Amino acid sequence: MELTGAEITIRCLQEEGVEYVFGYPGGAVLFIYDELFKQEQVKHVLVRHEQAAVHAADGYARSTEKVGVALVTSGPGVTNAVTGIATAYLDSIPMVVISGQVPTSFIGEDAFQEVDAVGITRPCVKHNFLVKDAKDIAGTLKKAFYLAKSGRPGPVLVDIPKDVSNQKAEYSYPATVSIRSYNPQVQGDIGQIKRAAQMLLEAKRPMVYAGGGVILSDASKQLTELVRLLGAPCTNTLMGLGGFPASDNQFVGMLGMHGTYEANMGMQNCDVLLAVGARFDDRVIGNVAHFNSVPRKIIHIDIDPASISKRVKVDVSIVGDVGHVVSDLLSVLNSSKQKPDATALKDWWKQITEWRGANSLNYKNSSELIKPQYVIETLHKITHGDAFVTSDVGQHQMWAAQYYKFNKPRRWINSGGLGTMGFGLPAAMGVQLAHPGATVACVTGEGSIQMNIQELSTCKQYNLPIKIVALNNRYLGMVRQWQEFFHGNRYSHSYMDALPDFVKLAEAYGHVGILVEKPSDVEGALKEAFARKDDLVFLDFRTDSTENVYPMVPGGKGLSEVILAEDL
Amino acid sequence: MRHIISLLMENESGALSRVAGLFSARGYNIESLNVAPTEDPTMSRMTIVTSGSDEVIEQINKQLNKLVDVVTVMDLTDGDHIERELMLVKVRAIGDDREELKRMTDIFRGRVIDVTDKTYTIELTGTGHKLDRFLQAIEHSLILETVRTGASGIGRGDRILKL
Repeated sequence: MELTGAEITIRCLQEEGVEYVFGYPGGAVLFIYDELFKQEQVKHVLVRHEQAAVHAADGYARSTEKVGVALVTSGPGVTNAVTGIATAYLDSIPMVVISGQVPTSFIGEDAFQEVDAVGITRPCVKHNFLVKDAKDIAGTLKKAFYLAKSGRPGPVLVDIPKDVSNQKAEYSYPATVSIRSYNPQVQGDIGQIKRAAQMLLEAKRPMVYAGGGVILSDASKQLTELVRLLGAPCTNTLMGLGGFPASDNQFVGMLGMHGTYEANMGMQNCDVLLAVGARFDDRVIGNVAHFNSVPRKIIHIDIDPASISKRVKVDVSIVGDVGHVVSDLLSVLNSSKQKPDATALKDWWKQITEWRGANSLNYKNSSELIKPQYVIETLHKITHGDAFVTSDVGQHQMWAAQYYKFNKPRRWINSGGLGTMGFGLPAAMGVQLAHPGATVACVTGEGSIQMNIQELSTCKQYNLPIKIVALNNRYLGMVRQWQEFFHGNRYSHSYMDALPDFVKLAEAYGHVGILVEKPSDVEGALKEAFARKDDLVFLDFRTDSTENVYPMVPGGKGLSEVILAEDL
Repeated sequence: MRHIISLLMENESGALSRVAGLFSARGYNIESLNVAPTEDPTMSRMTIVTSGSDEVIEQINKQLNKLVDVVTVMDLTDGDHIERELMLVKVRAIGDDREELKRMTDIFRGRVIDVTDKTYTIELTGTGHKLDRFLQAIEHSLILETVRTGASGIGRGDRILKL
């Protein structure tokens, strides 16, 4: 059957079961938009800026097990999308971005709205393609979806020149795909798994450190079973929150720069560390030399061989899909006669309980000023800990991570790797569309929300009843905190003057706005907002402007060199 | 330590830039890099000479393997291998220098492949080290131009890099 490139593109999306495409039209994608118009199966969501299209596709992907899809035009369409693509890349989110390109005969001529999309996105995609013939579109899109979701997931860009989208070609969607140079390992090596099991059984002070790989692999059930079987404490990275239930007694909180005292001390002092789908990044283990100064055995499970022994040398490496490897590890442990050392574990937990006693997330509530931590705790209470929570980047992100106790995977949606301000609201749109009727909160700050505030318009168009919880402290809080700690209180350009009246702004976009200035109004305002099931509500919480995020392991320091709130 | 990494990759536009981009983005050294299609026109063979600690070389290998266009990677320096580089040198050859340059070329088993009344162009093959020694052996002021391919490498005996 002969179809145009644009028809083929849409057929492929239908074949892949794509429910939503987030995009913005322009000259180079007009033929594709024309075909979108002629069908109903693939729904299009018109954003107000291409960055938001990619973040929305990202939020959609993170909150489901599906591949997010974005569609942008050539030139500025692509360059606007780059931040979103890099955000997805750093957090390994499965995504396909289709970009228009100038006609093939114009490529390289600095044509109107031309950029080298493949070149400009190359360092921040898993892979990308420029399609030069309509007959290659189906095969390329098939590969793109396969690459995006298999192995270590990631964004894949497919650049389609305008003439190719209008060119006719024979169409049939490939049933299978194989790429000779790409064969991700799913099953872990059983020999290595047995070695790991033995090491864990002999451990006196075991610790489980689980990251985003657990979420991506949908392995939280297996992980939870493993942690319970081992009797070990479990910490989650920022990306891994919800991978192990936060309300479980074996959970010691998030680790890293703003991790709990017990999680970081546990990491530093354990004798066997099991890393599951986590990559020892700088915000997690701080100073590598300091981390390595204490002897411990490390077992590392990761689907990406390049993540293993990148920053920290490990003793047992297991390359494979986290879900498969942990399941195999469980069977080996279950069939072993040896059991974890109960006496040693008792002593280990005694030590952990002592560290817990530092109560490192404690804060002094106030009846005068709204404490941001209190807002998050109340948000958790009002939503029964069951909301999808997206966030932007900064202090509010850390407070949300620390005080909203996630018991389920895929509920905590944030830009962990790239740290992209402006992520929260568009990501929430993707989440809300994926889960109509679910409670979706976007925890943000007055700085971050303004980076994609235009999406309030998209939310109106598609009736997305997101609850925006803005912790408005009139500062770029995390920058201000670093300036307070490390730059002699010189608050260079971290104060934001001339802020808009967010209540009026929300109203201008057709939403509801609520200003909250007193601690006693926090709970009532949240209740009122969440009771409005059909409305987007913008909650402008005027929070204590000088509050800092504790605990804090300053950049370049070791995990035990922590600043606690009470130290100051 | 110096390593020679050899790889097979898809003979597709953009594949070279993915490899080159990887090295610059991650701050790895490239001493030389060469690439050309193989007997299988769908694949190219690349030889990269790089240096770094064992950890860095391990990462380079893993990161190269991770590129979708890269089919297979081998660190030739892990075992017995042969390394060759081609150099063309244009030298000023007048008077007594003509004889001396010809003699040096013969000693290094090179060939004079272009002659004018004022110049020789010498072709020389060998390890990079040998080519360096040749350039040191002749009078520096006579060298007009040099062009080198960078090393190409292949495993000895049964060490074969093939799909």
